[in-house]
Amino acid sequence: MSKVKVPRKSTSVDMTAMTDVAFLLLTFFMLATKFKPDEPVIVDTPSSISEIKLPESDIMLLTIDKDGRVFFGIDGQGTRELLLDKMAVKYNLQFTPEEKKEFSLLSTYGGSISQLKQYLSYSPDQRKEFDKTALGIPTDSLNNELGDWVWQARLANNNVRVAIKGDQQTPNKIVKRVVSTLQDKKVNRFNFITAMERNTEE
Amino acid sequence: MAEIDGGGGGGKHKGGKKRGKKLSTRVDFTPMVDLGFLLITFFMLTTSMNKPQTMEINMPVKEDEVKPEDESKVKASQAITLLLAKNDKVVYYFINEKTGEPEQPVEESFSKDGIRKVLMAENKKRNPQVDSIKVYKEQLNSGIITEDEYKSHVFDIKSNKNALIVIIKASDDSRYKNLVDILDEMLICNIGRYAVVDITDIEIEMLKSVNL
Repeated sequence: MSKVKVPRKSTSVDMTAMTDVAFLLLTFFMLATKFKPDEPVIVDTPSSISEIKLPESDIMLLTIDKDGRVFFGIDGQGTRELLLDKMAVKYNLQFTPEEKKEFSLLSTYGGSISQLKQYLSYSPDQRKEFDKTALGIPTDSLNNELGDWVWQARLANNNVRVAIKGDQQTPNKIVKRVVSTLQDKKVNRFNFITAMERNTEE
Repeated sequence: MAEIDGGGGGGKHKGGKKRGKKLSTRVDFTPMVDLGFLLITFFMLTTSMNKPQTMEINMPVKEDEVKPEDESKVKASQAITLLLAKNDKVVYYFINEKTGEPEQPVEESFSKDGIRKVLMAENKKRNPQVDSIKVYKEQLNSGIITEDEYKSHVFDIKSNKNALIVIIKASDDSRYKNLVDILDEMLICNIGRYAVVDITDIEIEMLKSVNL
């Protein structure tokens, strides 16, 4: 009675196939990815049952945080550069090519136009610090810079759609002021950004 | 880990002819897989795949541009006014058709049994067809009618001339969430015609009279 000898097999597996899969997925994600834009403030949007999706491009985003500070953002580097040129003419400001480049990379801004030049020279950390204490874009009727931003942005990109992203706690007073600014600038169609509603029973 | 097997020794060369060592072409791919998955994880976390949900709002053109002939006249009894008050409360009132005076305001909550019930009932009273939207929805789900047909049916029902008209007025003390909630109710209750309008002083007084 001799024992049957089981031949010892090597434990190493051919990894080639796995590598193929990994890199296939990697390629997919690299191509499909669109980096999340930096958000200066955390905004907790209210939920709705609406199923309309926000278009991907040509968006002017007005973020209103829970303290009622307004942040302005627009997509497209070319649009941003054009917008800065127009705002510079409007407010008699001079921007160097470096500052224009910086602005074209800026996703959102929440300060007055007079602070913008300084803001552009800040390091990312300093910007974060600034955003914490920033007062937002002035929206009061005496000094309504938001109106100018909106108007000039529409001149810079004619197809732009306005989206308002407000926090649940944002006072309606501010929202109303922003909306009436938009109406003044002949923007009568816009979107409210909302989160998905969890229960949709009738 | 990533050793390349040299084939060990190489063996004796017969006849003194010099020959290159035969190297195995097999490479250990494990680190490469590690790297691949690391990068996948990174891209998966940074990517924003889901586009945010939105709600479309159309606001009227500012008043001074509206010509008198463009104004549409509606029956007073057809409209309900919702006042968004503080502490997540909503107050609604009707205009009495005979006297033209506002009726007694009623306080409601934003819950399912609150303002939604009122809106549903009032809309149904004026536009009994709203019930058939449910039927159409079922037909759509079971594939009897197409999406386009469903949409046109719903549009026809919603744009019924006698349907409820909702006027939304947000007070300064209300939150943005209240506004979105009430706009959401418009969708849920299938109300086709609604408007967001500035609150007046009379209505602020009215809110004060019900302690809001």
